[in-house]
Amino acid sequence: MVSAKKTIHIEPVTRVEGHGKVSIQLDENNQVTQARLHIVEFRGFERFILGRPYWEVPVLVQRLCGICPVSHHLAAAKAMDLIHGVEELSPTAEKMRRLMHYGQHFQSHALHFFHLCSPDLLFGFDADVAIRNVIGVARKFPDLAVQGVMMRKYGQEVIKRTAGKKIHGTGAIPGGINKNLSTEEHDELINGFGDMPGIDQMLEWSRGALKIAKDYTLDNLDSVADFGSFDSNHLGFVKEDGAMDLYHGNLRAVDKDGNKIFDQIDYQTYTDYIQEEVRPWSYMKFPFIKSVGPKDGWYRVGPLARINVCDSIDTPEADAELKEFRKATGTACCNITMAYHWTRMIELLHSCEKIKQLLEDADLQGEELVRTGERRGEAVGLIEAPRGTLFHHYEVDENDQVTMANLIVSTTHNNVPMNRAVQKVAADHISGQAEITEGLLNHVEVAIRAYDPCLSCATHALGRMPLDVELLDASGQVVDHKRT
Amino acid sequence: MRHGAAGATPRTSNRLLTTDYKMKVLIIGYGNPGRLDDGLGPTLAERLAQCDLPDGVTVDSDYQLNVEDAQAIAAHDVAVLADATTNGPEPFSLTRLQPAADTLSFSTHSVTPAEALGLAVQLFGADVKAWVLAIRGYEFNAFGERLSETARANLDQALEALTDMIRKGQFSEIRPHHEG
Repeated sequence: MVSAKKTIHIEPVTRVEGHGKVSIQLDENNQVTQARLHIVEFRGFERFILGRPYWEVPVLVQRLCGICPVSHHLAAAKAMDLIHGVEELSPTAEKMRRLMHYGQHFQSHALHFFHLCSPDLLFGFDADVAIRNVIGVARKFPDLAVQGVMMRKYGQEVIKRTAGKKIHGTGAIPGGINKNLSTEEHDELINGFGDMPGIDQMLEWSRGALKIAKDYTLDNLDSVADFGSFDSNHLGFVKEDGAMDLYHGNLRAVDKDGNKIFDQIDYQTYTDYIQEEVRPWSYMKFPFIKSVGPKDGWYRVGPLARINVCDSIDTPEADAELKEFRKATGTACCNITMAYHWTRMIELLHSCEKIKQLLEDADLQGEELVRTGERRGEAVGLIEAPRGTLFHHYEVDENDQVTMANLIVSTTHNNVPMNRAVQKVAADHISGQAEITEGLLNHVEVAIRAYDPCLSCATHALGRMPLDVELLDASGQVVDHKRT
Repeated sequence: MRHGAAGATPRTSNRLLTTDYKMKVLIIGYGNPGRLDDGLGPTLAERLAQCDLPDGVTVDSDYQLNVEDAQAIAAHDVAVLADATTNGPEPFSLTRLQPAADTLSFSTHSVTPAEALGLAVQLFGADVKAWVLAIRGYEFNAFGERLSETARANLDQALEALTDMIRKGQFSEIRPHHEG
């Protein structure tokens, strides 16, 4: 006799692509007893780096992820600056890297909003999958869809002009950068070129995208406030004055009420404050704040966390939006999972403002590209990647070869929070349901999507399907199957 | 890489096309060169760009297809999207692509070839003949910047067929018998 106890799996067909699998355990009364997000991650990449010359690493690590190669490029370059003996870059190098970084944030946040988030917000979580997708958005909201494509492309053009090329960019090198921004490249980004509008149009479209996310959150605050939400700690960079800085800063962690757990921590000492725990059921590590402990020391990173840890934003429009966000949510620290979308769009606007500020700075045409110093053997490079804080930690021997590499990516930091979100949504929306519909399963996916996890690293070859959904009984027999 | 920029690619003596070539052709080879045979697409693009191509042919490569590729596809008469395949026929197949009507993304940030074409049609009014060139690969489950020997042989055949079609300005389906 087959037990009535069931497990729902949401997973891809293969394990080659970095991917997530959701398993939801139901009892005989269809009550959720356990829900977990499993993320398969290739830790082998760190071994791949070992033995390579340190100056190759900023290029090499871009192989890790086809979505955020620029973030890995810059985090590795920041570590290798220190290995190379350079504490402070030239103004030209620092600003070229910042321009590249804000281009990355701009394109990544635009892509997430248009491609992944907007179908849920515009059509609803329960909408037919036949329309709740990017093609559906293109049909019903073509102007918005074109804006999404052009904003993503503009960010890519910024990256191309700073990193040298889209794939295998070599812009950042240990101690600096290998090119400045030509006046022709500057003019193209300011004024636009071909079909591509310039920076002022990007600002206007950013304001529009932010308005959609803000209005959606405020109009649906009663339902989204509790959706996949829970109290948590938050981690991110701040400058010395407490303002947001996505490229460089010191670490600050706050608790669920916004009280500081630690502040202005030099990230070279991160191992004194952050520890990684291994759990048997997941390939991923579980980082936590040492002083709080493994049980309660987990934290969120990314746009919501960065908004929660900062005191202000150093661009006027985004700072005004930060104040409005805090006034609307009514707390010093917002723990609403769906507020990731609103905060992500505040960062989109901030990134666009920063790109414009940087393009107006003549240092981008400066000639001092690289500095040198006294070699050292160990360094840490951190950056606020679009999805959250990215750690690169290296040791290099006297032959210039990497002997140790430890990477903590944003999705790893958000591992526990995403599991909490899955558990919360499963318990609230799937427990007690006689039938598990596509719409109900999408509720789980919506909660995960809020974090914008990067599950598509590295390989995507034809023949791989993104998701497979199976309903299994206790004996492992498939009793229902859905492919999404 | 965009072929056609002055001095952007090395020239060879193997001139493929005549100067009255009128079509605008886009070749995008995509994949991760750091994941063994997943690099078949970018390697095809790299080798194709070293051929002597006319101004009407654009060669590009990236890790993954993404939404902005829709605009590029729409700006051409013919688009060939070249990728590694894990289970397709050997040595390669060339199949006509139809735009996606109802695809769903979970959290992957890339788009499928059919999605890219669907967006090109929906958003940019594309009138393009699009093809998927699927080159069979075998080794994907590790990091490394090399192609397997068999995959490289498949790539050689795919490159020869593709350059021949570009030269003739005529593209047609190639579907080897698939025993898998």
